[in-house]
Amino acid sequence: MADEPLILGIETSCDETGVGIVRGHTLLADALASSVEEHARFGGVVPEVASRAHLEAIVPTMDRALTEAGVTLADIDAIAVTSGPGLAGALLVGVAAAKGYAVAAEKPIYGVNHLAAHVAVDTLEHGPLPEPAIALLVSGGHSSLLLVDDLARGVTPLGATIDDAAGEAFDKVARLLGLPFPGGPPIDREARAGDAASIAFPRGLTAAKDLAAHRYDFSFSGLKTAVARWVEARQRAGEPVPVADVAASFQEAVCDVLTSKALAACRAQGIETLVIGGGVAANSRLRAMAEQRAEKYGIRVRVPRPKLCTDNGAMVAALGSHLVAAGVAPSRLDLPADSALPLTTVSV
Amino acid sequence: MLVLVVDSSTPAVTAALVEVSADGVASRAHRCTVDARAHGELLAPQVDAVLADADARPRDLDAIVAGLGPGPFTGLRVGLVTAATMGQVLGIPTYGVCSLDAIGYPAASGVPVLAASDARRKELYWAVYDGTGQRIVGPEVSAPAVAAARARELGATIAVGDGAHRYAEVLDLPVRVEPRYPDATVLALLAAERIRAGASSERLIPLYLRRPDAVAATGRKPVLP
Ligand SMILES: [Zn+2]
Repeated sequence: MADEPLILGIETSCDETGVGIVRGHTLLADALASSVEEHARFGGVVPEVASRAHLEAIVPTMDRALTEAGVTLADIDAIAVTSGPGLAGALLVGVAAAKGYAVAAEKPIYGVNHLAAHVAVDTLEHGPLPEPAIALLVSGGHSSLLLVDDLARGVTPLGATIDDAAGEAFDKVARLLGLPFPGGPPIDREARAGDAASIAFPRGLTAAKDLAAHRYDFSFSGLKTAVARWVEARQRAGEPVPVADVAASFQEAVCDVLTSKALAACRAQGIETLVIGGGVAANSRLRAMAEQRAEKYGIRVRVPRPKLCTDNGAMVAALGSHLVAAGVAPSRLDLPADSALPLTTVSV
Repeated sequence: MLVLVVDSSTPAVTAALVEVSADGVASRAHRCTVDARAHGELLAPQVDAVLADADARPRDLDAIVAGLGPGPFTGLRVGLVTAATMGQVLGIPTYGVCSLDAIGYPAASGVPVLAASDARRKELYWAVYDGTGQRIVGPEVSAPAVAAARARELGATIAVGDGAHRYAEVLDLPVRVEPRYPDATVLALLAAERIRAGASSERLIPLYLRRPDAVAATGRKPVLP
């Protein structure tokens, strides 16, 4: 194990400054600084606030990661960094930082895809990923279904949200219910005391006519509006809003669509492994429902522990490690931050 | 002492190596590219290039000097994060200098001077320097007409910098051609005392001068195929 490469990963695509260190598939450090509290009063991430926070956090977060792993930058074999997709200004801080580390320590650099990193992180928990696999990536910024045939060289997008991201829907519904930002954890908590069958919220793009054109796509905007309408109707009638029941019914609708489409993709392609990643993968109902439904079809569901599902540096290091092991060439030092980096590009 | 200088506060992305000795500051290698949209792409290769030009390795560096701005935020951060991370790896001190000083100081010649860079949104980042090149007002950000009025009150009779070129008509002051952008050797010169004294490393805090636009984003762009 000691001769496996030691890889550093840097993540700054949204509001988390992450530095992770792995050796092969072994996680050695996962240091994180978050500016989430600075964004809470805006109900969403303010890009310039996030960028400023990354600049302040990067050096101390690196220090913590190196201390945690008990290594120095001289020991590192390669540096991986999220080069996209994400918030342009935020990405740029991480990319410039990675270049500073790479130049000063004279190490190779890999600019990598944030979404592919969400898939790769699972290898730190469950070992090498069987290929092909289907990956469901759901967070505040993305909701995608991918075919992972070769994680080192390219993934194939099968579908994505056509409006809001799943995590965004959680944030908006949480605000509607007077719950804090980000909305995922409080809705999960409230839902445990609620009846998921009490309100029949719509399942976007699941009707036969929609499936033809959007078999693996998602839509959460209609659901969000339906919840808003339902809550407003209650309020106008002067009746109390049953927060737990609304949270549970909303969460059930999201998880139902996500798991049914992900499993349909597995079955259509004869694939036995489903990886779920992104912040929404930390949702307890999504995990439980996916496992329960997958069992029927003999599909194995792999979900990393919650801390690895949300954005972090370890996922970037994990993908970097995979790329190095696969013999992929490093990026050039003039690699750009690309806020719209396509899924088909795993490393630049 | 071998010192790396970086500045990304203006469209001129600059990396330089200078030798700071007891009696002066001498340029060893210099790369500058004017491109307002590619700071992130350009700076690190230029740092690599000046090291190669001077036949030096990163570990030969004794200190790093960075222009703190003011400047457009996204580009400005590239220089500062580059300096901070390199300083961290190499265990060498980093020093910050107001980028406008590296325009205003070398332009001073006995009379007050207005140094200005482009702040976008039809505004200037500016400061006024006395006849010896000491900053007397600024850095500030405001409309060119406001900067011009203040500069006149302070007795400025010339203007210098890219911002002065862009808004020459509004400023209505004779424009000195050079330096148009922060001069790397001057940045080092203005930090030379600290470098020679081995002063403790400074946190490189950008001179933003503006608050963030507090309009909530919708989060990350959806990644559609
Ligand atoms: Zn993410």
